Amino acid sequence: MSKTLLELSGVSVSFDGFKAINSLSFQIGEPELRAIIGPNGAGKTTFMDIITGKTKPDEGHVLWGDKGISLLGMSESAIAREGIGRKFQKPTVFEAQTVRENLAMALKNPRGPFDVLLYKKTKHGAERIEEIAEQTGLTDSLTRPAGELSHGQKQWLEIGMLLAQEPRLLLVDEPAAGMTPAEREKTTEMLVEAAKTRAVVVVEHDMEFVRRLNCKVTVLNEGSVLAEGSIDHVTSNPQVIEVYLGR
Amino acid sequence: MNRSFIARNPSVLWFLAFLGIFTLAVTLMAEATGTGFISTSFVKTLGKTLCLCLVAIAMDVVWGYCGILSLGHFAFFGIGGYAIGMWLMYARTETIVTYSMAAQVVPPSPQEVSDAIASQIFGVVGASEFPPIWAFAHSLPLQLLMVVLVPGLLALVFGWLAFRSRVTGVYLSILTQAMTLALSLYLFQNDSGLRGNNGLSGLQNIPGFESTPQSMVSMVFFWASALALALGYILFAWVVSGKMGSVIRAIRDDETRVRFLGYHVESYKLFVFTLTAVIAGIAGALYYPQAGIINPAEIAPIASIYLAVWVAIGGRGRLYGAVLGTVFVTLASSWFTGGGAPDIDLGFYTIQWTDWWLVLLGLSFVAVTLFAPQGLGGLVDKIARKS
Repeated sequence: MSKTLLELSGVSVSFDGFKAINSLSFQIGEPELRAIIGPNGAGKTTFMDIITGKTKPDEGHVLWGDKGISLLGMSESAIAREGIGRKFQKPTVFEAQTVRENLAMALKNPRGPFDVLLYKKTKHGAERIEEIAEQTGLTDSLTRPAGELSHGQKQWLEIGMLLAQEPRLLLVDEPAAGMTPAEREKTTEMLVEAAKTRAVVVVEHDMEFVRRLNCKVTVLNEGSVLAEGSIDHVTSNPQVIEVYLGR
Repeated sequence: MNRSFIARNPSVLWFLAFLGIFTLAVTLMAEATGTGFISTSFVKTLGKTLCLCLVAIAMDVVWGYCGILSLGHFAFFGIGGYAIGMWLMYARTETIVTYSMAAQVVPPSPQEVSDAIASQIFGVVGASEFPPIWAFAHSLPLQLLMVVLVPGLLALVFGWLAFRSRVTGVYLSILTQAMTLALSLYLFQNDSGLRGNNGLSGLQNIPGFESTPQSMVSMVFFWASALALALGYILFAWVVSGKMGSVIRAIRDDETRVRFLGYHVESYKLFVFTLTAVIAGIAGALYYPQAGIINPAEIAPIASIYLAVWVAIGGRGRLYGAVLGTVFVTLASSWFTGGGAPDIDLGFYTIQWTDWWLVLLGLSFVAVTLFAPQGLGGLVDKIARKS
């Protein structure tokens, strides 16, 4: 097992008395591919919100990186610059802009307004964009507005934007939702490939998809970890069957 | 801003060429420099319109490109006007006072001169001393600095407070309206130090150029306004192109997503808000010497709403759209309200355009928003695409 990249310990958060996350502890190493499953309301999205700084937990620690710095109190953009990329459930790309512009915006570069204002296109940047377009199968669509892409292509563009950010941790929310079987297969490949060099956390509903990822699985229920292990291990756990698969 | 930038943006070239030809045409037809086909007051109207175009493209950048519907940018415009107006009034009154005191047997002390100027300027509001905000009014360079510094600082502080708290959408619009309303109400007070509702007047008289005819003064201001519009257009076209433009438009479309890409959205909004406020200040400083007078009614909330209407009718998100909208609406406005449009007799009721113009404007604003969100600029795009 690799060294720990992200560690959550005893994290709790409640909304109007409802405990969305209940003393959750979680670790992920680098590189690693991890799937998170759980029934609706298990706290999967809140879990991502906490890591990315969208939601502040009531208690607990979120430690990041080799030095174990705390992510709590950092803004969303600062956390993203630390190297955490997030893909939303609904594909959110900038539809009015071209695929190339979308990728260029995501490329790892200084993010300050004046850096961006004085930014000059580089050969290296252009090559990176070509490379990512190649990986995500969007080479022919670089000059098209992102709004014209199919649903699956938008998902890939978003994954491409994440790769362009060169994050150390990638959080992916339901990447396979609404995809055709062929698209799913390609998405699986992309994620497995990405996880060779970095940590990737995939939140997914679809058991078949998770099985294909062939990685360690964490089952969330009512805001805490119910079981962890290989897909066969967790699916044979009676508690998991009861809360999730049994229904 | 190198050559390749202009070359990559043909619309900038088109605009500059058009503005150049327009400026030349006006110059050749004006009283001071040409045939006298158009009057001095019309030259002033055209010069003022160019200043309004400049503040409109600033509005387009902040609203059309960055998605911040500021309904307070006219406040910055007014502040620019007040800042230059203070020097104009001070310097001119100083000339008059010095002249009238020259006949005295005992030469007046500097304090006496200063007091005399103060009572001349502030007599109308019953004061006779300079308020602290007039500390730099004697110096043109310092007051020119105020033209950019005061709107810039106000925008920076206001924007920092608002964006940091993530106030967006209609709430931000209301806040900006409150800002301009508060400023306007404050300036209406006699003890605001800027002559209350009298405002600053006589601004068309440029100290040191008393013997220059107004026809020439108006021409120089017209040229200055055209130059400012050209430079402002190039500056904004540069800002909204390339990667900066990409990020700004992305913030307009989905600011949360931009945050997760690692961009500090608030800094970008603050940058755009402040930059456009500074340009608005400069536009105001060129406008009011041509208007001759500024008073607090100029920065009433409605003025900033007009600004949004021009940009909407012209078509958001394209700089020439803002220019088109401004020219079209201000010309239409002066035609309708100036008695140019014939009244319509319905038999039982007569539509008088001086009263009904605002209704017409409001209806066209609604119509454009609902049916032609691309505005007038959208028509230009269609023509450009066909050819």
